[in-house]
Amino acid sequence: MKYLVLLVGDGEEKPWSEQTEEEQGAAMAKFGAFGDACDARDGVRILAGEALSGPRDATVMRTTGGRVHLTDGPYAEVIEGMGGFYLLEAPDLDVVVELLRVLPPYDIQIHPTVDVEL
Amino acid sequence: MGDASADLERVVREEWGRLVALLLAQFRRLDLVEDALGDAVEAASRTWPADGVPANPPAWLMTAARRRVLDRLRTEDVARRKEPLLLLDAEQHQEGARSMADAGSLVEDDVLRLVLMCAHPALAPEAASALSLRLVLGVPTADIARLFLVPEPTMAARITRAKKRIVGAGIPFAVPDAGVLPERLEVVAQTAYLTFTAGYSPGTGPDLLRADQSGEAIRLVRVVLGLRPDEPALVALLALMLLHHSRRDARVGDGRLVLLADQDRTRWHHDEIAEATRLLARPHLAGPLTPLAASYVLQARIAAEHATAPTAQDTRWDRVVGLYDVLLQVAPTPSARLARAVAIAEQHGPAAGLDALEGLDLPQSHRPAAVRAELLSRAGDVDAARAAYDQAIAACRNEVETEFLVAQRDALPDR
Repeated sequence: MKYLVLLVGDGEEKPWSEQTEEEQGAAMAKFGAFGDACDARDGVRILAGEALSGPRDATVMRTTGGRVHLTDGPYAEVIEGMGGFYLLEAPDLDVVVELLRVLPPYDIQIHPTVDVEL
Repeated sequence: MGDASADLERVVREEWGRLVALLLAQFRRLDLVEDALGDAVEAASRTWPADGVPANPPAWLMTAARRRVLDRLRTEDVARRKEPLLLLDAEQHQEGARSMADAGSLVEDDVLRLVLMCAHPALAPEAASALSLRLVLGVPTADIARLFLVPEPTMAARITRAKKRIVGAGIPFAVPDAGVLPERLEVVAQTAYLTFTAGYSPGTGPDLLRADQSGEAIRLVRVVLGLRPDEPALVALLALMLLHHSRRDARVGDGRLVLLADQDRTRWHHDEIAEATRLLARPHLAGPLTPLAASYVLQARIAAEHATAPTAQDTRWDRVVGLYDVLLQVAPTPSARLARAVAIAEQHGPAAGLDALEGLDLPQSHRPAAVRAELLSRAGDVDAARAAYDQAIAACRNEVETEFLVAQRDALPDR
């Protein structure tokens, strides 16, 4: 069995930008601990994981009557409509849209990941 | 040296878009580029009057802006903080995300790339309009805010968000493949059309029209048309805009709306009408067109019928009605139906016009009621006309138009 886990919203956690460096470090340690725990557990493996950039960067792609519409919202319904996902590497949004045209005309939410500097 | 500020203003007006495009091609950082160019212009406004205008003003601005970008990049490098890390293999992703490769297979003008980026379909249309005026034409944010009737901080925030979105969502600074280029240019056309309409017929507020904004929209279309001179949607749109814009001085008299039939035709800008007529005569506008281009052509031909009639009485209403019939097949919008009803009334009388209005619904607009009131008044049905005027006045959001409707209602004969 495979699972897509979406981390949506901050919950009880303070937004990342409001955390002190220590708090951020503690949070990072938890991500690390989660990774280790998954590795250590039989039959569990993390296949892919990314931090997503803010909702303002998300693009919605809908096809109506064969015509593709891109908008910056309203966002696609997630719970009712989530049918699958891809994690793509692409140079820009237009390339992603061009490739997605090959798929059946689903409503799609395209969300860039955070480009992490190490 | 009063000349220096005039020179600077001219350089900004003529070269802004190209300078933004060149800097963007080099640095790919929209957020830095535009601020840096703004700083460079500010520096120029201080130094040019004292030191004299440099021999090559655009190059001066380019150099000053480039230095600012480099400074900012250096500062960022030092201050860079760790970003949230939820990744397994960062190195693997570095390369692709770094090189914003130019996906287009065409080699094109940088300004065209800038225009297409600003009008990208993943930006909200109002944001795209504002951004085009700012980045392509260099219209100051304060002026854009005034044009769109919002406070300056609101507009500044809107433009900043749009710029961030371009960077964040990975909207490309590129000319797309030839296959989708016409589609993208249609988005540019719609952006310009929206800007023009917001100026030609403000939905709210005290001004009857804001000719400046319509003028800027026309300038935007001219810039793009200079790069793609044969794009039918753009040719037709320019003709359409020029025909409407040519009436700007005659549309308002003593702060009141002057109807087309009552306008002083000598105050129309006949050079613009002539240019529009020449544009409409271009052979490729007769060829197969996209629905959007066709709708612009038809709207422009209708406007041209009005613009070339020597007097209102000489308007060839049969042709106008015929053009609206075709337009309704291409773009069956309520506004087109409303305008057709007006033309029918002119050709066949108010009763026929009222028939054509039957069942027309234009939510949020006072215009159907206003037209019905006028036709009822012509048909002699004063009571029904008064009721329709009341309805139109209640729905109208533009102060000058409301005044006009009140005057019309009060001029109805008593019974």
